Amino acid sequence: MLKRTPAAWALMSPPALALVAFFVVPLILMAAFSLRPDIRGGLFTLAWRPTLEHYRTIVEGEVYLPLLWTSVRVAFGVAFFATLLAYPVAYFLVFRARQRGPLFLTLLILPFWTSYLLRIISWKIILGSNGLINSLLEYTGLVDEPVRLLLHSRLAVIVTLVYVWLPFVALPIYAALQRINRSLLEAAAILGAPPWLSFVRVTLPLSLPGVLAGFLMVFIPTVGEYVTPLLVGGSRGRLYGNTIETYFGDGNNWPLGSAMALIMLVGVLALVAIVARLVNLRRFVE
Amino acid sequence: MANGRLSTLLGYYVLLLVLLYVPIGILFLFSVNDGVVLAFPLKGLTTHWYRDMLRNAALIEALRSSAIVAAASSVAATGLGASAAIALVRFKFRGKALFVAVALMPLLVPFLILGVALLILFAALDVQRSLWTVGVGHMIVSLPFTLLIVMSRMVGFDSNLEEAAQDLGASYAYTLRRVILPLIAPAMLAAWLVAFTVSFDEFVLASFLIGRSPTLPVYLFGQLRFANRFPQVVALAVVVMIASLGLVVLAEWLQRIGTRVSLDRRVEESGEVQERRQTVP
Amino acid sequence: MKIPAVELLNVVKRFAEYEAVREVSLQIGQGEFFSLLGPSGCGKTTTLRMIAGFEQPTTGTISLLGEDIRGQPPHRRNVNMVFQNYALFPHLTVFDNVAFGLQVKRIPRAETRRRVAEALSMIRLPGLEHRKPAQLSGGQQQRVALARALVNRPAVLLLDEPLGALDQKLRKEMQLELKRLQREVGITFIYVTHDQEEALTMSDRIAVMHQGRVLQVDGPRALYEHPATRFVADFIGVTNFLQGRLVSIADGTARVEVDGLGQVRAHLAEGIEAGQKVTLAIRPERMQLLSSNLPGGDNHAPGIVEDIVFVGNDTQYFVRLNNGPQVMVREQNETPLSEASMVSVGQTVGVRWSPDSTSLLPE
Repeated sequence: MLKRTPAAWALMSPPALALVAFFVVPLILMAAFSLRPDIRGGLFTLAWRPTLEHYRTIVEGEVYLPLLWTSVRVAFGVAFFATLLAYPVAYFLVFRARQRGPLFLTLLILPFWTSYLLRIISWKIILGSNGLINSLLEYTGLVDEPVRLLLHSRLAVIVTLVYVWLPFVALPIYAALQRINRSLLEAAAILGAPPWLSFVRVTLPLSLPGVLAGFLMVFIPTVGEYVTPLLVGGSRGRLYGNTIETYFGDGNNWPLGSAMALIMLVGVLALVAIVARLVNLRRFVE
Repeated sequence: MANGRLSTLLGYYVLLLVLLYVPIGILFLFSVNDGVVLAFPLKGLTTHWYRDMLRNAALIEALRSSAIVAAASSVAATGLGASAAIALVRFKFRGKALFVAVALMPLLVPFLILGVALLILFAALDVQRSLWTVGVGHMIVSLPFTLLIVMSRMVGFDSNLEEAAQDLGASYAYTLRRVILPLIAPAMLAAWLVAFTVSFDEFVLASFLIGRSPTLPVYLFGQLRFANRFPQVVALAVVVMIASLGLVVLAEWLQRIGTRVSLDRRVEESGEVQERRQTVP
Repeated sequence: MKIPAVELLNVVKRFAEYEAVREVSLQIGQGEFFSLLGPSGCGKTTTLRMIAGFEQPTTGTISLLGEDIRGQPPHRRNVNMVFQNYALFPHLTVFDNVAFGLQVKRIPRAETRRRVAEALSMIRLPGLEHRKPAQLSGGQQQRVALARALVNRPAVLLLDEPLGALDQKLRKEMQLELKRLQREVGITFIYVTHDQEEALTMSDRIAVMHQGRVLQVDGPRALYEHPATRFVADFIGVTNFLQGRLVSIADGTARVEVDGLGQVRAHLAEGIEAGQKVTLAIRPERMQLLSSNLPGGDNHAPGIVEDIVFVGNDTQYFVRLNNGPQVMVREQNETPLSEASMVSVGQTVGVRWSPDSTSLLPE
C-alpha cells in the first residue's frame, strides 16, 4: 500500500466533495426543513424557530403512521414474493443451464431494459376495465361487465411491482449460487445426502447472503414507491410515498413532507441496521 | 440426473420468461394497434404511430434531453467512482470505512427522499431546476455502482505494477495515466454503461428536479393523460428497447469473437490441434 | 478367496473430445491400501470419480463387494471420499461437518456425539468441535475431512490427492499417519496421487497409469525393482536407460547387445523375443564404482567420470561408459571413506552392476 498522501487527497477530494455537497448536505437540509413551522418568508429565510409540530401531526394523526406501516407491509410482500419466485429461476440458471446460463440470464434481464414506466403502463393496459383481460372476458362471454377489482387496488400495485423487480432479484441469488463450490455438493452426496437434502443443508444456507441482498434490494426502494400506486393503485392503493409527493406538489407543505420523509428514512435505515446486526450475530452463534 | 427435475425447473423458467415478456408483447401490440385503446377484438394493424412519433418534436426533444443527462451524469459518476476506487484500494488513509459507507448510502435511500432533499438544496441555493440538477441527482445515485465496479477491478490486479513503474522513475500522475487507467478501462466502461442505464430510465429524481425541458420518462408520464397520443410514446419505447437489445447482443457477440480469436491463436502457437488436457475435474 | 472390495472390468470413459480412461481392469482387495499413480491427465482421478459415482463409465462394469454399482447414484454407494480441496462445509462447525453423514442416516444424537468424538480423537484433533473450517489450518482441515469420511465406516475410502496442499514436512508426517490409520481401521483405501514417493511410502499395491491405461499393478518394491515398461521405470525413481537388442537367452538371463557397450546380461522378462529392440533399466544405487576395471561375473564396463554431484546423503557420479552411453551411479556417503569417494572428475573408473538389477523392457 502506497502512502503517498497528496495523491490520495487529489483522488479522494472530488468524490468526497460531491457526496457531501449533493448527498449529505441535502439530507441535513431536509431534516432542518422538517423543523420549520411553514415556508412563510420564502425558502431560505432564517427567520423561523424550530418546532416539532409536524412530527406531532404525524405521530398523533391517524393517517400517517398506519400508511407508513402499510407501505412497509406492501414492500415486504413485494420483496418476499419477488425473492420467492426468483430463487428457482436463479437455481435453474446455475445448476441446470450450465454454459447457457449467462445467455438465459440475459434473456431474463432484458425486460429490465424497457422503460420502467412503460412496464407499469402495460399492466394498466392489461388489467384496466376496458383493458385486455376484461375485454377478453367480455368478448368470450365469461363476465357481463368488467371486473373492476383488477385495477386500482393494492393487489395491482403488488403484482406490478413483483413483475418489475423479478428479473433484478434473480441477480444476487444467481451470484451467490454460482459461488458455491461444486465439490461441496459432491461431498454432501457422497456422505449419503439425496439431492433434496443436499439442497436444504448445503445449497440453501450458502445462498442466503444472496437471497438477503436481493430481498433488501427490492424492499428498500419499494418502501418509498409512489409511481406505481399513482398509475395502477387508484385510491385504495395509495402509499406513504404518494402523500409525501403531494406535499411537495399541490399540497404545498414542504416542512410536513420533509418530516414524513425523514421518518421514513430513519425507519428504513434502522431496519437495515437491525438486519445487519442479526446477520452478524448469527455468524457468531453458528 | 433425474429428467423429471430438469423439465420442471426448465418449465418454470420458460413460464416465467413468457410471463415477463407478455406485457412487452402487449406494448408492442399497442404500438401497432389501429386505435387508441387496446381491447379485444383487435381492430387492425398500422405503423402510423411510429411515423407520428418521428414527427413529434416534443418527444424527440425529450429523448435528446434524456440522452444528454444520461451521458453527462454517467461520465461524472464513472470519473468520481474510479477516482475514489483507485485511492481506496491503493492508499492508506483514515476515514476509508466512513467514505465507503456514505458512498454506498444512496443505495439505501429511496429516490423519493433523495429527490425531496435535492429539491430543498437547490431551492435554498436559489438554483433553477434544469437538466443539470437532474444530472446531479443521477450522478449521486450512480456513484455506488461505479465505485463498486471499479473497486472490484482494482482489487483484482497486482499493485506491484504501479510500484514497478514508480521504481522506473515515473511520477504518480504518469503511472496513473499509462498503467492504471488502461488496466481498469474495461471496468470503467462497464461502470459507465450501468450509470447510463440508471440515468436514462430514471423517473422519480427527474420528475422532482427538472426545469422546463423534460427527460423522456417525465415526458412519458405527462402524456399519460392524452390517450390519443399515448401509442406514439409506446412506439418510441419499443424502438428504444429494440435498440438496447441490439446493443446487448452486439456486446455479447463482440465478446465471444474476442475470446475465440485469442483461443485460436493460442492453439496455433502450441502447434497442436488438440489441447493437452488436464485431469478432468 | 475373498470378494474384491472394488472391481473394475474393461472400464472405458469417453468424453466428447477424448478418451480419459481406456479399458481399465482392476481388482482391489478388502483392507488394501491401493494407489492410482500417474502424471496429470492419466485418468486416475476420472477412475476414482467413477467409483464414487460422480462420473458414469461409457462401457465396462464397476462392482463394490461383488455388487454392480453402475446404476447407483453417489449418495447410495457405501463409499466415502476425501476431496483434494477438503470440501468442508464452511457454514457448519467441525462437529456438524463430521456428523453430517451420520445425521443423514438419522443416527440418534447420543451415538452421533460418541462417534464424532471417537473420529476426532482418531485423527488427533479432539476439542475442536465448535470451530468453523475457516478457523483451522490446512493440515487440520485435511484431518477433519478424513474424520468426516471415516466416521461413516464406509466399505471403501476414496482419497483424491488429499495431501497436495500441504507443505513438505507436513505431507511426510501425514503420509505415515494415513498409513497407520488405514492399518488401524482396516478399511480399503483407494488413493490417487501423482507423487511416486508418496505412493511408494503408503501403498500395499500401486497401479501406474498413463494416458488412460494401467501400465503395471504391483507392490512398491516390485514396481521399483522390476518396472514393466519404460514409462514406469522412468516415472518411479531415477533410472539409467541403455538401448540395445536382445541377442539370446541363456542360464536364465537375457543377453542384450547394447550400443557402445557390448553384451550385457539382464533379468529375464516375459514376452520379449530374440532380435527385438529392448531398453535396459538400472537403478543408480545398484551400480558400483570401482577405481579400476575388475572383470567378474557381473556386468561391468570402463568409463570416464564426467561430473560429481554431492547431495548430502549420497554422491552422484556421472560416468560415460566406454565412450558410449552416460550413466549415473549413486553411492552413499560413508565414513570411513570408501574407494569411490577418492575418485575425481576425468578419472577412468570401472562400473559394475548385477544382471538381477537390470530390468529388461520392451521397446
